[in-house]
Amino acid sequence: MQAGELITTDQQGRSGSEADIQQAYSVLEDVMDPEVPVVSVMDLGIVRDVSWADGHLYVVVTPTYSGCPATEYIETSIRDALQDAGFSHPKVSQRLDPAWTTDWITEQGRSRLKAYGIAPPVGSSNKRSLLSGITQVECPNCGSEDTEQLSEFGSTACKSLYRCKSCLEPFDYFKCI
Amino acid sequence: MTKYDELTEFLLRLGDSALIQAQRLCEWTGRAPALEEEMGMMNVGLDLVGQARNWYEYAAERINDGTDADTLAFRRDERAFRNLLLVEQPNGDFAVTMTKQFFYDAWQFHLLTMLKGANDERIAAIAAKSLKEVTYHLRRSSQWVERLGDGTEESHQRMEKAVDIVWRFTFELVEKNDAELALSESGHIPALTELPEQWLATVNEVFAKATLTLPDAPNTFYLSARTGMHSEHLGTLLAEMQFLQRAYPDASW
Repeated sequence: MQAGELITTDQQGRSGSEADIQQAYSVLEDVMDPEVPVVSVMDLGIVRDVSWADGHLYVVVTPTYSGCPATEYIETSIRDALQDAGFSHPKVSQRLDPAWTTDWITEQGRSRLKAYGIAPPVGSSNKRSLLSGITQVECPNCGSEDTEQLSEFGSTACKSLYRCKSCLEPFDYFKCI
Repeated sequence: MTKYDELTEFLLRLGDSALIQAQRLCEWTGRAPALEEEMGMMNVGLDLVGQARNWYEYAAERINDGTDADTLAFRRDERAFRNLLLVEQPNGDFAVTMTKQFFYDAWQFHLLTMLKGANDERIAAIAAKSLKEVTYHLRRSSQWVERLGDGTEESHQRMEKAVDIVWRFTFELVEKNDAELALSESGHIPALTELPEQWLATVNEVFAKATLTLPDAPNTFYLSARTGMHSEHLGTLLAEMQFLQRAYPDASW
């Protein structure tokens, strides 16, 4: 089917099929996070629902951090990517509850982060205790566990800054929330 | 003298406190003692701006007269702001900034923990989301209070001085309030009666590790965020923060 046909039919309020939803998901696999361009919105687990209603595709996303400046950019990227793929006027909305957790980052997302030089979140967000949140973070460069935290906050809200005491390289750690 | 209903006023108290605290943190841009700390403060500020927006959006929906989050942040005057007196105080040195941050974080942490269980689903959702971020904020500011309080002779002295400067504004964190009591009785929010004790317990615990002395309970005085009677510092802060939107209404880029 050509993109143009879909746009016309969507505007007439056609009903979507399972194939449309699957196609939408595969489009979303290629919408990358602007701050960490190796992970997609699917890898991050921020896409909470894709559905078809009233002749339109509806996508529900949940923001990572309340003040994440990338949230609106991501919503626009999702809308643009779906439109380019032939979906007419896809609706993207936000959902706050349940709050996003790093537990939703997929295995593929974790290995992509690591390959990019960012240590993926360690453990589950449920087990983290408030004032003793010291975790052993593995260096994404050399694999050593002999690392130290330089700063609770790194280059973006979702990361903190670490240094490897074996290879001496500094690196970002994707915080567990 | 309040303009809106009790729930909206409560939302503004949360939103305004987060926004003003964030604006104070932004003042450290380019001037923090270390690059890592500057990033830390900016990240905390960013979280708080996001939280403020969430509270504002809910408040704006309730006000329902075309007001949006930006209007609430940039088009209200000093007397309409409901932020805690604590957060509008000048940054002073790093010790004063961290003391303010710690008192505020501990208050947010316990308050949001309670609000997470609110019957009002919107409040519960924003609180649950914010709490995750605030847990990190509190951890960091507690560590700084400990490190500076139990550090060198000079850092200890500076922390004691900072506590002296800031402490009198904490009466708002421990006062019982009729409006909030009414909100819990009407079932919107859980009872916040234990908030003062919990806040004080956290402060006590961290102060003990920091070898700092807990001052006597602060006295209530005539200023009050609830009625918009602010200290002299909020006006100048707003003049800077709101300049662009006031000078060029609805500017966008």
